Amino acid sequence: MPLEYQNIFTRVQVHGPAPNPGVPLPAGDEARLGKGTFVHLFGRFGEAQLGPIYLGRLGLLSIVCGLIAIVIIGLNMWASVNWDPIQFVRQFFWLALEPPPPHYGLRIPPLQDGGWWLMAGFFLTASILLWWLRTYRRARALGMGTHVAWAFASAIWLYLVLGFIRPVMMGSWGEAVPFGIFPHLDWTAAFSIRYGNLFYNPFHALSIVFLYGSTLLFAMHGATVLAVSRYGGERELDQTIDRGTAYERAALFWRWCMGFNATSESIHRWAWWFAVLTPLTGGIGILLTGTVVDNWYLWAVKHGFAPMYDPVVPGGVVDPLLTAGR
Amino acid sequence: MSKKKDFDLVSTVGWTATAVLGVAAAFYLASTFERPPVTAIQWGNRGTAMELVYNPRTVARELPRHAVPAKEEEVDKSGIPSREAYQNVQVLGDLDSAEFLRLMNAITAWVSPQQGCTYCHNPENMAEDSVYTKIVTRKMLQMTRVINESWQAHVGQTGVTCWTCHRGQPVPAYVWAMESPEAGRRTRGLMSSAAGQNTVSTAAGLSSLPTDPFTPFLLEDKQIRVTTTWTPMSVGDNRMSIKQTEWTYALMFHFSAATGANCTFCHNSQNFGKWEGSTPQRVTAWHGIAMTRAINNDWIVPLTPLWQENPKGPPEAGAAASLARLGPMGDAVKVNCMTCHQGAHKPLLGARMLADYPELNAVSLSLIPLRAAMR
Repeated sequence: MPLEYQNIFTRVQVHGPAPNPGVPLPAGDEARLGKGTFVHLFGRFGEAQLGPIYLGRLGLLSIVCGLIAIVIIGLNMWASVNWDPIQFVRQFFWLALEPPPPHYGLRIPPLQDGGWWLMAGFFLTASILLWWLRTYRRARALGMGTHVAWAFASAIWLYLVLGFIRPVMMGSWGEAVPFGIFPHLDWTAAFSIRYGNLFYNPFHALSIVFLYGSTLLFAMHGATVLAVSRYGGERELDQTIDRGTAYERAALFWRWCMGFNATSESIHRWAWWFAVLTPLTGGIGILLTGTVVDNWYLWAVKHGFAPMYDPVVPGGVVDPLLTAGR
Repeated sequence: MSKKKDFDLVSTVGWTATAVLGVAAAFYLASTFERPPVTAIQWGNRGTAMELVYNPRTVARELPRHAVPAKEEEVDKSGIPSREAYQNVQVLGDLDSAEFLRLMNAITAWVSPQQGCTYCHNPENMAEDSVYTKIVTRKMLQMTRVINESWQAHVGQTGVTCWTCHRGQPVPAYVWAMESPEAGRRTRGLMSSAAGQNTVSTAAGLSSLPTDPFTPFLLEDKQIRVTTTWTPMSVGDNRMSIKQTEWTYALMFHFSAATGANCTFCHNSQNFGKWEGSTPQRVTAWHGIAMTRAINNDWIVPLTPLWQENPKGPPEAGAAASLARLGPMGDAVKVNCMTCHQGAHKPLLGARMLADYPELNAVSLSLIPLRAAMR
């Protein structure tokens, strides 16, 4: 079989003689930056054309806010190793900007006690929300649907639940996640332990289903289109209404394998919903934790889906606090 | 640039990157992971994943660390109590004088084998209290008896001897003291405090969890329990925060390192807080926390004035034998689980060493002066 068709990597780069500047912008929009150029290396895994970029007021504000947040986080991390550049690099994964201690509740704490965290969180949130607005506005400017913006909004929902909505409902900024690589993972483990094992949280379970389902769908869809691209299968959406041999072969393949196939349109809805539902259900699960449910294991026992095992030793172990006094 | 050159460049970059990544991955695998096989012992019900995981090569390598020293030869009683045979015998007066000498020899072998008798005694007059370490030893003898009598919920019938902690050193190898903020290289002024964490925590398995879980739990009596075990719902009666959970988590890391056992030695990880699903070892450990706290507060901390006067040990022993008694904050070095356990689920792998030294149970618990030796 010719190698040309074993196309796991992008082998074809098609572009015009000059970079495409894009459609005319609506009145009142800023000009695009640059004229665009071609980069062969980029063409290996995407479009070879780089730019022009539309920054605009929202993009600029978003980047400024994001930079402020990153600088606040970075400088506080650096200060925590006494401004030692070597230790900053060496311990980078361990360092963090920690939220305020719980005793401050929702008050504004001093800078060194979480004030910087609050400020970094404000600017990071502002940056993300401005960037969301940008994805919405650019889609509209191109006459597109706003699917990308709403998928992004789903991720923002989870971010806001973790860092803002749940801490406010719990009455303490200290419940929020630290900014740091390992520290936010420690936070995650501690969160699960504190609330009696997050694996018994059904919304956590749903989120995992959609997360793993997303990867599965992504692999199935990507593989299917590549496998029929020798018959023009990458013209996926044309084939929604104008099926050709690529579509028929791909559909037949899945009907042979599992009896059912998505269509070249519906597979993208599957993908979009699975991706959107991952943080959406996850956010619901986090929001219920500590506000409504305090121990997910006991909740699962109450609702009959956590197994009860025999005690490890006959008669079981009793809390020594109950028997020995304090 | 021609297409051919372009392709060459891309493939060179690609192959170089692949080679570098390959070497890095090989190094990571070889330096991070322990090679199989490991031994897994079922420790709970089927399906609960409660098992103890041991690397037999590590276990074999660590065996000498848990060895028990040769038994001090037993002696015939002389019939004369040591309080009559010697002067100034304050806590071992009831002991037969021959057994008293046997115990003295044993203590020297356990605690100061290199330094010898003069680490605690004035060679001119062995009865005198001029070397402060002699006062410390009296207190430690009393402590040993209290542990063996009152803390059997943790030490069982096996008990402890001086060797359990000291292992041939005047200061046990595994001790802790409060951290100095400077030594931790933490922030000053307006920069954010790291809240006692977010650096490499040696106490918590090199994670970024709190670096000193000992002060709140093994010296102070801060609450360790964080999980709600009485109701599934949030009714506002458990205010323990995620941050507090991280401190408990760090303490648990220490337990795991000290005992050489994973979480499921004590817990069913399905629900860490639940006692019904735990193993009896968790109850033993619970008493161990209280015991360690009592040792630090009742026996170690009260001796601090003596160590503050002699922060490097007895001056009589010379500079070569100096060992730090105080931490960077000026507090005495204290005990935690590692001090005795040293990586074994039972110290000395459960060897019943105390049974060979009944003299340790004859220590008098009468009040002894602390300041007599002060100079």
